[in-house]
Amino acid sequence: MKKIAIVLSVIAATFGVANSSSAADDVIRFGVAAEPYAPFSVKDSSGKWQGWEIDLMDAVCKEMKAKCEVVDVAWDGIIPALLAKKFDVIWSSMSITDERKKIIDFTDKYYYSPNVLVGAKTDTRSFDVAKPETFKGITVAAQSSSLQATYMQQKFNGISDLKLYPTLDDEIADIQAGRVDLMAAAGIQIQDFLNKPEGQAYEIKVTLPHESMFGYGDGGGLRKEDTALKDKLNAALKAVRASGEYDVITKRYFKIDIYGE
Amino acid sequence: MAWLNLLSFGDQGWSDELLQGAWLSIEISLCAYLTGLVLGLFGAIAKLSKSVVARSVASGYTTVIRSVPDILVIFLIYYSATDALSYLISMTGLSVQFQLNGFVAAAISLGVVQGGYSTEVLRGAIVAVARGQTEAALAVGLTRKQTFFLVIIPQMLPLALPGLGNLWLIVLKESSLVSLIGFTELVLVGKMAAGATRHYLLFYAAIGVVFLVMSGVSSLVFHYFEVKASHAWRRK
Amino acid sequence: MSDFGSYLSGELLTGLQTTIVLFIASAITGNLLALPVALGRISQRAWIRYPVMAFMLAFRGTPLLVQLYIFYFGVGQVLATVPTIRYSPFWPLFRSANGYAYVVLSLNTAAYCAEIWRGAILGLSTGQTEAGRSLGLSKYRITRSILLPQAFRLALPAIGGQNILLLKGTALTAAITVFETMAAANLVRAQTFRTYEPLLAAALAYFVLASVITSGFKVMETRLASRY
Repeated sequence: MKKIAIVLSVIAATFGVANSSSAADDVIRFGVAAEPYAPFSVKDSSGKWQGWEIDLMDAVCKEMKAKCEVVDVAWDGIIPALLAKKFDVIWSSMSITDERKKIIDFTDKYYYSPNVLVGAKTDTRSFDVAKPETFKGITVAAQSSSLQATYMQQKFNGISDLKLYPTLDDEIADIQAGRVDLMAAAGIQIQDFLNKPEGQAYEIKVTLPHESMFGYGDGGGLRKEDTALKDKLNAALKAVRASGEYDVITKRYFKIDIYGE
Repeated sequence: MAWLNLLSFGDQGWSDELLQGAWLSIEISLCAYLTGLVLGLFGAIAKLSKSVVARSVASGYTTVIRSVPDILVIFLIYYSATDALSYLISMTGLSVQFQLNGFVAAAISLGVVQGGYSTEVLRGAIVAVARGQTEAALAVGLTRKQTFFLVIIPQMLPLALPGLGNLWLIVLKESSLVSLIGFTELVLVGKMAAGATRHYLLFYAAIGVVFLVMSGVSSLVFHYFEVKASHAWRRK
Repeated sequence: MSDFGSYLSGELLTGLQTTIVLFIASAITGNLLALPVALGRISQRAWIRYPVMAFMLAFRGTPLLVQLYIFYFGVGQVLATVPTIRYSPFWPLFRSANGYAYVVLSLNTAAYCAEIWRGAILGLSTGQTEAGRSLGLSKYRITRSILLPQAFRLALPAIGGQNILLLKGTALTAAITVFETMAAANLVRAQTFRTYEPLLAAALAYFVLASVITSGFKVMETRLASRY
């Protein structure tokens, strides 16, 4: 049994070493959800990751003088993947919430986005979260494992029909196909879609009120034991904001300040 | 014809990313296939062994793979692979702290599923080699181990080829599942392209075509080997 | 039962209902379709054979996940741009993911089972066909009364296996938003951050379902064997 274990571990080690680029401590791996989340993180047609969050990551890494690497992950299961050490920092527009803080730690927030429900301009119904009857019988799309999904489930379970999607653009595909009446999304992020020609037919119907479950803005997710990394990232984030680099990056993609207070 | 532009190579088109994704699919399929064969060999031997423990473990393994959806097994293994391997290694007394990178974790997950299917194929092939061969080999004085490697395996290979070919086609298609754990192989690349450009039918159909091509080429290759093998083992 | 436990079982039960319904519906349609497809595959007429071959190639040569994506997101999106469908009373049907899942799973099963049937029918000795012809039976009669019953016995184990694969296939429909067992497990995973319990519970559920289906097929096999 011991011999087999040794053989297996040699194989594993060769696998690990041959493919690993993370043996060294100074490479920090940033987990980004492998879906287009314009304008924060999108893979363009040349295969490179682009976007506000990517630029911020580069700026932060420059401050920390560390080598950074992007690891593609599925959004669904991104927290367990972090805990399983597939990468070191979740850097994918994840909201800092108390629920999540029970399991992982966060850097300081790097932007804040209210949550919204988007619908077709031709849909003249009025929706009011204070009046659940306005949601009766409609279908809402939300990304699985997202806060908006939790919100819809908790508040409107049994009133409206909730459809869960693995990625945001699956939601967009279906609202364009008319399969859902409303789409839950992050307000700042969805502007990118609304500004595009195909998004012209849609508008924000409801801005969800700020609930405590929505948390305090979006930040980088870390394992609880990585306190040193957290301090380095926070220091770098502060530096990036102080030096004005944050605003430079933001101006590239947005017309407004997304930091919030 | 915006389509053609989208499908072109180079910076504007997604074809190079699709092909890179396809190549990654092939790489991960290959690793999973080999891992699966190794596990399958162990499994087949265990199933045919005299030890009740070995038989039950192997039987449990194949039953689980057979009844539980592959994606579920892949999720479970993907999240626990690092811990499990660390545990295995700690059994040898080494205390190495290491981390599996995404490719290896995905390959192992897929390989474990493949092993379940491979066990049955290999077992069938081993059993198909005439019992007389084992008896004759033992009578001539070969040890069990020598019998296995020098007599059974060479004869089992041509018999197993159709099954092995089938296993390869299965793993090629199963590799699409690792897109659901975020591994950027062909399906996920296509999905991202479709999402970024909103041309869903185009890219998903393109992915389908690439799979068809890969399956087709693989079938031809295996057919070639089957023909060669049947020549080599023609009864005199 | 704990909070988590009751939440998990609640969601899983909802998902399981969908899994079972989807499985039964697709199994019935898929298995029924398989026979005509198989006969089409071995037909002498090229104008039947080639389209059927193309159909089987498409569904057996591509992964189920890709097929689901093509139908739900690809075809579905195209259908939505056709005004006659978009505003027709049938629209709720075209909207729902369950319909697409049912169609894709049925066609997929039909293609694989057709191949199994084909193997079984061709595997029967030609002696059977010749004997039938010497008795003056028509081709239709030969197929129906001689070949098919025997092919059915030959094919049954593999068909059983394919139906288990169908059950496993239902798990993939979570990717096109069908709320079945896998989706339920994923939801609980996301809401409670517990990885293993939901997945293991779902695995247990599938294991039980698979055992039921396998036993069902075994019963069928023994009953058929006893008739001869």
